[in-house]
Amino acid sequence: MKHLLSINDLSKAQAIAILDTAQELARVSDGPMKKLPTLRGRTIVNLFAEDSTRTRISFEAAAKRLSADVINFSAKGSSISKGESLKDTAQTLQAMGADAVIIRHGASGAAQRLADSKWMSGAVINAGDGTHEHPSQALLDAFTIRKHLAKSAQDLNGIKVVIVGDVLHSRVARSNVLLLAKLGADVTLVAPPTLLPVGVESWPCKVSYDFDSALVEADAVMMLRIQLERMSELFFPNAREYSRYFGLNGDRVKLLKPTTLVMHPGPMNRGLEITADAADGARSVIVEQVSNGVSVRMAILYMLLAGAPEDDLAGVNKEMGAML
Amino acid sequence: MSLALPAPDITRAITRISHEILERNSGSDSITLLGIPTRGAHLAKRIAQVIEGIEKVPVQVGTLDITLHRDDLRTRPPRALMPTLIPSLGVEGRNVVLIDDVLFSGRTIRAALDALGEIGRPKSVQLAVLVDRGHRELPIRADFVGKNLPTSIDQSVVVHLSELDGSDEVLIEGGAK
Repeated sequence: MKHLLSINDLSKAQAIAILDTAQELARVSDGPMKKLPTLRGRTIVNLFAEDSTRTRISFEAAAKRLSADVINFSAKGSSISKGESLKDTAQTLQAMGADAVIIRHGASGAAQRLADSKWMSGAVINAGDGTHEHPSQALLDAFTIRKHLAKSAQDLNGIKVVIVGDVLHSRVARSNVLLLAKLGADVTLVAPPTLLPVGVESWPCKVSYDFDSALVEADAVMMLRIQLERMSELFFPNAREYSRYFGLNGDRVKLLKPTTLVMHPGPMNRGLEITADAADGARSVIVEQVSNGVSVRMAILYMLLAGAPEDDLAGVNKEMGAML
Repeated sequence: MSLALPAPDITRAITRISHEILERNSGSDSITLLGIPTRGAHLAKRIAQVIEGIEKVPVQVGTLDITLHRDDLRTRPPRALMPTLIPSLGVEGRNVVLIDDVLFSGRTIRAALDALGEIGRPKSVQLAVLVDRGHRELPIRADFVGKNLPTSIDQSVVVHLSELDGSDEVLIEGGAK
């Protein structure tokens, strides 16, 4: 595994390995010394062409806890705002010796483009590309669900997850459906038909338009942000009507099973997809998702960067083959 | 492949090491046993059982994973992390006994000392190994040794423990005889 671009890059075993590694690394984060020497001397670039709070600082904290050097780079305040192309930016990073680039970009497939190009040799980690995927978010969501609910320490077999809201624009939903299904969870998407993507029936999940009937059975309810910045047309009549049918409020929380988790990838539109009492209630693990995010991203960086580069390993294997 | 230590010898070595640890530390009150996964962790449990049998009081025993502190990470594919379980009294001010199966280059122990330093400041750190096979690359020695096994560098020493491998034995493999 050289890059992490999509959940499809991961086998089930690899996904579980990342979650297990994150679990061990979480103990380090809880300990008195939060720093490990594992990635000393490696340079990691946070290339954020789109705004982010959680993902960027979470990757930054993860890289720093593993002693990597972190260079933060955002569209505002860099030459991207002068119109520099992704290629020129990537070549600049290569010239500076970046071992990994964590990229967030508004265009779906930007991370893939960067990984496939010969512009740079380092690892590419997708931190959200347009409306396509956000694999590290899905991994931290799976980690949070597994920590609280999984009967086995391995996968998410039989756990019912309901994902509600703006699926159409959500890279979080896309990555989560792929990963949770891969880990054996039973995923249901709930959204108005206008906010479901074309082809959703081919996804490994069920689809419902009725939140109230879906939430009764749920073990975890994941609310998605209504992405107003990506909406150029009208997808629902008005915010109040959306909230009434698809928002998580105190009354709906009462319908949930006592152990059900309330999740949200953030940032939240309080009062639109989730009310304050649901977001801050006892079942909410929204803040915990953020701290789990650091451990999971440490695990991702460890898996991609700590070992030998794959090209070198091929050389070693050849050598060993010759010896035998 | 030759048998260097049969099962009864392993049991005797563990019993002797347990007594030596107690003698050196004047009892079990101040000691914390930390096994290095995977086989060191099982050896630590066995030593703890022997010590508890002698002293009739519970012993502080745990595991210390050193993967994140290894200096050869970049030469191999990423390794899975093993659990680090520090017993309730921690390591601060304790006489910590690190336990591993084979002492070879000494690099594992260097990494263990680094890993331990991140957790706290023990009063002392001692090292117990089942087999010392020589060929040190760092100035490290063991305080308690089950068996010194002179080996050539191209041989490998394989430790089997019944918890993992079904039987107790130490084998020497390969190399010119």
